[in-house]
Amino acid sequence: MFTRTDERLIARWWWTVDRVLLGAILALILGGLVLSLAASPPVAQRLGLDYFHFVKRHAIFVVPAIALMIGVSMMAPRQIRRSALAVFLIGIVLMVMTLWIGPEVKGARRWISIAGFALQPSEFVKPAFVVIVAWAFSERMKRPDMPGNLVAILILITFVGLLVPQPDFGQTMLAVLVWGALFFAAGMSWLWIVMLGGLGVGGIVAAYSFVPHVRERIDRFFDPASGDTYQIDTAIESFVRGGWLGRGPGEGTVKQSLPDSHTDFIFAVTAEEFGIIVCLILVAAFAFIVLRGLTRALNESDPFLKLAITGLIVLFGLQSVINMAVNLQLMPAKGMTLPFVSYGGSSILSLAYAMGMVLGLTRRRPQTEPVLYDLASPGRSTAGARPA
Amino acid sequence: MRMPSLLRRTSKPKTLAASNGANSGYGDQQIRNRLKLAMSAFGIVYLVIAGRLMLLATMTPDAPVHYLDPGEQVSHARPDILDRAGNVLATDINVPSVYAEPNKIYDVDEAIEDITSVFPDLDSNDLRKKLRSGKQFVWLKREITPSEKAELHSLGIAGVGFLEENKRAYPAGAITSHVLGYVNIDNQGIAGFEKHLDDGWLGALHSAGLARNEALEPVRLSLDLRAQHAMRDELLNSMDKFKAKAAAGAVMDVHTGELLALVSLPDFDPERPVDAQDPERINRMTTGVFELGSAFKAFTTAMALDTGRIGISSTFDARKPIRVGGNTIGDYHAENRIMTVEDIYIHSSNIGTARMALAVGVPGHKDFLRKLGFFDRMTTELPESGAPIVPDPWREVSTMTIAFGHGMSIAPIQAVAAGAALINGGHLIPPTFMPRSEEAAQALSKQVIRPDTSDKMRYLMRLNVAKGTAKQADVPGYHVGGKTGTAEKVVNGRYSGKKVLTTFLSTFPTTDPKYLVFVMLDEPQGIKETHGYRTSGWNVAPTARNIIARVAPILGVVPDMEPADPNELLSVSY
Repeated sequence: MFTRTDERLIARWWWTVDRVLLGAILALILGGLVLSLAASPPVAQRLGLDYFHFVKRHAIFVVPAIALMIGVSMMAPRQIRRSALAVFLIGIVLMVMTLWIGPEVKGARRWISIAGFALQPSEFVKPAFVVIVAWAFSERMKRPDMPGNLVAILILITFVGLLVPQPDFGQTMLAVLVWGALFFAAGMSWLWIVMLGGLGVGGIVAAYSFVPHVRERIDRFFDPASGDTYQIDTAIESFVRGGWLGRGPGEGTVKQSLPDSHTDFIFAVTAEEFGIIVCLILVAAFAFIVLRGLTRALNESDPFLKLAITGLIVLFGLQSVINMAVNLQLMPAKGMTLPFVSYGGSSILSLAYAMGMVLGLTRRRPQTEPVLYDLASPGRSTAGARPA
Repeated sequence: MRMPSLLRRTSKPKTLAASNGANSGYGDQQIRNRLKLAMSAFGIVYLVIAGRLMLLATMTPDAPVHYLDPGEQVSHARPDILDRAGNVLATDINVPSVYAEPNKIYDVDEAIEDITSVFPDLDSNDLRKKLRSGKQFVWLKREITPSEKAELHSLGIAGVGFLEENKRAYPAGAITSHVLGYVNIDNQGIAGFEKHLDDGWLGALHSAGLARNEALEPVRLSLDLRAQHAMRDELLNSMDKFKAKAAAGAVMDVHTGELLALVSLPDFDPERPVDAQDPERINRMTTGVFELGSAFKAFTTAMALDTGRIGISSTFDARKPIRVGGNTIGDYHAENRIMTVEDIYIHSSNIGTARMALAVGVPGHKDFLRKLGFFDRMTTELPESGAPIVPDPWREVSTMTIAFGHGMSIAPIQAVAAGAALINGGHLIPPTFMPRSEEAAQALSKQVIRPDTSDKMRYLMRLNVAKGTAKQADVPGYHVGGKTGTAEKVVNGRYSGKKVLTTFLSTFPTTDPKYLVFVMLDEPQGIKETHGYRTSGWNVAPTARNIIARVAPILGVVPDMEPADPNELLSVSY
């Protein structure tokens, strides 16, 4: 395709990008489109839309998503960081605006209409947030005099402070978990980890005590008899009905009665129509991307790259794990999309942006100067050490 | 600015192991360890998910739920149900139903105007909502008449169509209502024998999407429509005459367990199932449980005789009422003497029967009643059944009172099955609504008393009609035998003494028993003709006489007019 000596940007990109990871992500995106073909028509029909309404929209979003991912992956780490900061700031402004002008959908104000598209700003803020937090932590590692931790905490508070009033507990939980993972990866002492872990547990207890629907869901998980577990029971039924080989495309019936079969419960629909083996392949794909990404992070030498890749991969991995675990009744019900597979324009674009950054950050690049720890040498400029 | 230690804290002083420029410092090593930890955590979680998936894959799915497509919701075909002679008890008829395809209707208002002109009872707001729903299929009205169909058809509304549906019809109406049950609007059986069909092969056929319009093989019951009608007719008469609030009865073949008639009043029109929801209209033979009163003495006596230690002329002291824990067991027809088993039976002595049960002992009494099946719910083809109420703990006083039918409640159908065993040679045969041969019944039966005990019971039964409390039950030529029972009803936890339930457990002919007839009246009143008595000898016994007089010829039992002397007959049977 390209010769090694080709010096154009695209050729350089081709030879430096992690092509295996790229291939896995593209396969997942295209697989998601196929699965959407199975899961969304009944929902569209229920809503009185064209049978293939969601499939078409899914397909329409896939093309710009792939373009966005490849475009982002061509950026250098420093550009990625700068653009993340820009996306984060713009996204925060939009999130503030949704609270005022966003339409209320199912009791939440999360969307804002831009050029005819209902956009969910928090989706785009999420990966940018991860990169900025990674940046803050890595700065503190490189130069202990930088108040990196304080900045990271402030960023978290800003983001969560805007998510809670929407309200969006799923994203809040995700943001806090990824932040915690970065905090953990950045090498904080176990004492702090335990303390923050305690705070997290406290947060869950508080949510259980003060937020009725959180309490309801947790109660139902531990005691299914305490309330209506229709969705989860139906989901489990579709796994069992699917068996190893599935009932065949279009042969599923449980999807007719699952309200969110094209988003939160697409995994269950997949099981019924395509079988557990396809589900296992899907799990393997997610596991592969996560482990591959983390391995790349392990081998990076720059702390920012390490943390940013880790954060983005953890974000991706957690979403997949939570979605599948909820579908399989391994944890209390929590609405969470299955990355690249569930329907949702903002979600797909946001994931493409996130994975584009992962691809960009994991590109092989000529070793720059060694990164030196704890050497307070003012005026030192290494790639990634100085904010742009 | 001083910052909290978290924000200022540095890792331990780093030593630079910067060999050839690589940065494998302590901090880096720590990150590497943490990342490896994260990788293993993710690995484990994905493995758990994969494991759970494989676990679910190996599970077998529940019975498949069949989701009907709109327009596919046409009532299922059901087989005809016939009585034993082939009379039709239930059948399907075709009726049109009218539906609309809202997405094909151009002018909703005009369509509504047309539709309501034919069906003024349909609510136009409701219709508007349905027709504007944008759905592909909505029912407008199920089961309309052919003339309504023609009228609507001639209006020619685009997007409105008709489907032929199966509707269940019951030519015998209320007569067989409690046995047949009823169906819902989709022609699915939801009560009685109809539900039994759906729980079995018919339901499987329907959920497989078969049996829409095919003619299905008719199902034949053991019921005899003529006997059923005769029994219901007589029960209605008696209910009216004695101002009872309910009545029930059954006729069973004692050798096969086939039920020839089973009636519970009040009943309902199976084509108007909403009436069946009334709790007063439960099936009192299978679902209601009652203290059956002195009819239970038949079981106590059979138990005592079956021990072999007590004979027909063994004597028991019935001179004084028995006092137990503040209660007194006395006799209604008090004789106040030492009585033989025979006397106890025909005078229906509570004291004597209680002493008889005590002579057998509490464990023996419990074992015997358990053997008769009185401890467990009796299931027949009908899905409705009532579980017996057994005292717990079972004390000595329980045995004494249960001996004469108080303190234990069973469904009358259980007394019918056990009563047949007392007179057919000791074979307990599960009752059925389906035809059954004697061989098949033998295979299912359980020997509960010795054949000679059964002979003695037949003698006592006949004697009771000839000389005892049930004189009014006699039908010349049919050698009726039986045991009456009058149970005081429990009202607010106490025996009221005001309200009674009367029962009669009878058989005919005692010379060669063929059928068992059970009759029950709930809260009969004393009337002038009975001199104010409301005991069973005055109401259910004559009711049973009327039933037997009508049913016996129908069932082909030949009357035996010779010899006329009942005593001589007794010696034949015993």
